[in-house]
Amino acid sequence: MRSSRGASRLEFVALAVAVLTALIVAAPVISLALTALQPAADVWPHLLAYVLPQSLRDTAWLLLGVGGLTLLIGTATAWLVSSHDFVGRTLLVWLLPLPLAVPTYLSAYVYVDLFEPLGLAHRTLTLLLPAAQAVQWLPNLRSLPGAVGLLALVLYPYVYLSARAVFQAQSADAIEAARSLGAGRLTIWRRVVLPMARPALAVGVALAALETLNDIGASEYLGVRTLTVSVFTTWLNRGSLAGAAQISLVLLGFAALLITIERIGRRHANVEFSAENPRLRPRTPLHGAKGGFALLACLLPALLGFVVPAAYLVGESLRRGRIDPSLARDALHTVALASVATVLALALGLIVVLAARWRGGRIARSAAAIVQLGYALPGLVLALGLLMPLLALDGALVALAQAIGLASPGLLLMSSGGAVVAAYVIRFLAVPTGMLKAGFQRIPRDYDDSARAAGAGPLVRLSKIDLPLLRPALVGAAILVFVDCLKELPATLLLRPLNVETLSTSIYQYASRGSFEEGALAALIIVAASIPPVIWLTRFSDLPE
Amino acid sequence: MSRRFRTAALALAAVVLPAQAFAAEQVNVYTYRETKLVQPLFDAFTKDTGIAVNVISASSGLEQRMKAEGANSPADVLLTVDIGRIDEAVAAGVTQPIQSAVVDEIVPPRYRDPDGHWAGISMRARVIYASKDRVKQDAITYEELADPKWKGKICIRSGQHIYNNALFAAYIAKHGEEKAEAWLRGLKANLAQKPSGGDRETARDVAAGKCDIGIGNTYYWALMMNGDPDKKPWAEATRVILPTFEGGGTHVNLSGVLLAKNAPNKANGVKLIEWLLGEKAQQIYANANYEYPIRPGVPLNPTIAGYGKLTADSLPIAKIAAQRKAASTLVDKVGFDN
Repeated sequence: MRSSRGASRLEFVALAVAVLTALIVAAPVISLALTALQPAADVWPHLLAYVLPQSLRDTAWLLLGVGGLTLLIGTATAWLVSSHDFVGRTLLVWLLPLPLAVPTYLSAYVYVDLFEPLGLAHRTLTLLLPAAQAVQWLPNLRSLPGAVGLLALVLYPYVYLSARAVFQAQSADAIEAARSLGAGRLTIWRRVVLPMARPALAVGVALAALETLNDIGASEYLGVRTLTVSVFTTWLNRGSLAGAAQISLVLLGFAALLITIERIGRRHANVEFSAENPRLRPRTPLHGAKGGFALLACLLPALLGFVVPAAYLVGESLRRGRIDPSLARDALHTVALASVATVLALALGLIVVLAARWRGGRIARSAAAIVQLGYALPGLVLALGLLMPLLALDGALVALAQAIGLASPGLLLMSSGGAVVAAYVIRFLAVPTGMLKAGFQRIPRDYDDSARAAGAGPLVRLSKIDLPLLRPALVGAAILVFVDCLKELPATLLLRPLNVETLSTSIYQYASRGSFEEGALAALIIVAASIPPVIWLTRFSDLPE
Repeated sequence: MSRRFRTAALALAAVVLPAQAFAAEQVNVYTYRETKLVQPLFDAFTKDTGIAVNVISASSGLEQRMKAEGANSPADVLLTVDIGRIDEAVAAGVTQPIQSAVVDEIVPPRYRDPDGHWAGISMRARVIYASKDRVKQDAITYEELADPKWKGKICIRSGQHIYNNALFAAYIAKHGEEKAEAWLRGLKANLAQKPSGGDRETARDVAAGKCDIGIGNTYYWALMMNGDPDKKPWAEATRVILPTFEGGGTHVNLSGVLLAKNAPNKANGVKLIEWLLGEKAQQIYANANYEYPIRPGVPLNPTIAGYGKLTADSLPIAKIAAQRKAASTLVDKVGFDN
């Protein structure tokens, strides 16, 4: 009797923490909505006339372009490596997802450096052509098409990974049946393969599009005035927080749409995967020209998306030879902030999922759902929305300190990095929550029930049964969150305290004063650190062969 | 306590404990200058006075951050790179008058705020990077940039960038909005490509033959000439022409300094401001940043002196700042960046 009362108290605490977490995740959105209610009449006529039409158009084209291109590259490469055999396939399976290790802003900096007039591409071209003519041949990357291409090259692995998972698992029976009914290759693709893969493709494209919305470093650098960039300039250059908040809400509308697409896709995907033991279809061998073409088609995106930027960074780091003395300090800051955020995100994610598992109920499930929406908040919007609640909290702490006769602690959260950590946790909490939820689904309820029958309390069940079984999910989530924090730029830029630079903000500073290559080593560290999680992700989406 | 735990705790402390908590005498600086450029100055200041300098550097948004931080903001001093930012900060209400006889004595009246909220520390001119091969002219007026003879020959960064914004605002202050609009349309018609990149890229595009003249700030050229060897060819292919307004002088902009309204270390803030105007700091400024010192009598860096004698336009900076919003609206209106 006692243990059960203790158990229910524990469950209640978990629920309370879960609800509180959901409120914290929702806080920036609520704060933005409240800010947006303030009149910003003086900027709206101008925004409506000159800024919004352009930024809505740029955002729409960017999303369509990146969505279409990632769909094309991701699906084609996934199809080639999972249904065909050709020279180099095994290597490509590992190489294709690696562009995910390159943050979008880094890719933009590298390619602009390579393709600028007098850059490497230009100098190479002048071996064949006179300089003035060679300049005409360079693609102008500082443009909407340039941004579409650069973002798609980094983001296609989202589609690739989810498509590959489906193509590997596609029911051989259905395809055999279609073939025996006399369907040709194209018909099978159109009528059987594609409909099965569609939900997974939607998930991949939606994720790529969300990343596109989140990007500000690359778009700003390439001169594309998206909604995200407009939020930034409206707040900073026009001094209108209300106007910026209003544009942010439009942006969140876009994000909500993408999330809905992703959710619907995922729901259908679950149905497709319910087949217990998908029989793997033997891969079709491709020889000669066909094999060569397949190799090239897969090699190109991997080369452009990963190998070229990585090689450039290695080359520039070696060429500089010296190590910037502030690099170690920046790295320490980055690791410290990311570690604290990872631990917090993991703990909170676990509690949120546990609350839903232990208590069930609508409140616990809603909390879990809200917590996962944080990922849809572009970093910049999140930071802007966090500013007010955080500063209010800081102000309250000052008032409290003064009331009990202590010296004012100043802005404790802002000056301690607490603000940055809060932003990271809110934005990336979706990762552990989602992965642990999936992890729990694989633990049969019977285990729980038997343990309960044997008199084990929730804590014992957690430590003896759940956590050991959840280990892969926990480790995976930790790596992913850590690396996401490592790469994060917009929120870090806005919320970091005095005397603190992270690797990404220091790269941004180099880039904004036009000497990005000096930050090559810092950039290389980010990319190198991101490789293991990408490989891990690939394994995660992999089926045993 | 295991070693692993101790390491983690130390790393955590490095972030969680505010660095400034350890220094007795300190001043907190929010700056638009890149940390690496201003650090030598701050180091020298600390050496001279024993006051530690804490810095946060950003390329935008500092005055907005100060505004949001409100009464508890740790900021003492704001260092800006441009009159636009100066104006923005004053408008945001995050500054207070700098009461200092030193500032009043050293900074000429047209380079400081009539109400004392800001003062210039150094000057930069917005000039022309002309192709050595393709431009024979030695003198150019800003008005002339709209002349069709330059069609397809000019490169410039975004019209919304603060440096161009100030130049356009000066044009409005000189000639009125209507004439400024016609001029801006003319200038746009002369562009070789969509405005993009920064002033360095502008020089590079001239060097690569994309355009014959580019518009940029004086110090970028000197930095390319004396800094990164990779960028030296960009400067070497061009020469700097100091343009003037018809019947006037060259458009100059200020990097300025402001005192935060809620400065927790106000006295140290004023000390820093006065120190930055001193002989030693002004010389560091001139030679590390390649700017024109605001303090009379401080020698110019030789590269900067090589541009020729600068005759700054006589329009008071405050009058230019007043036209900033109009200039920004005009840029959008003529679709300068599209």
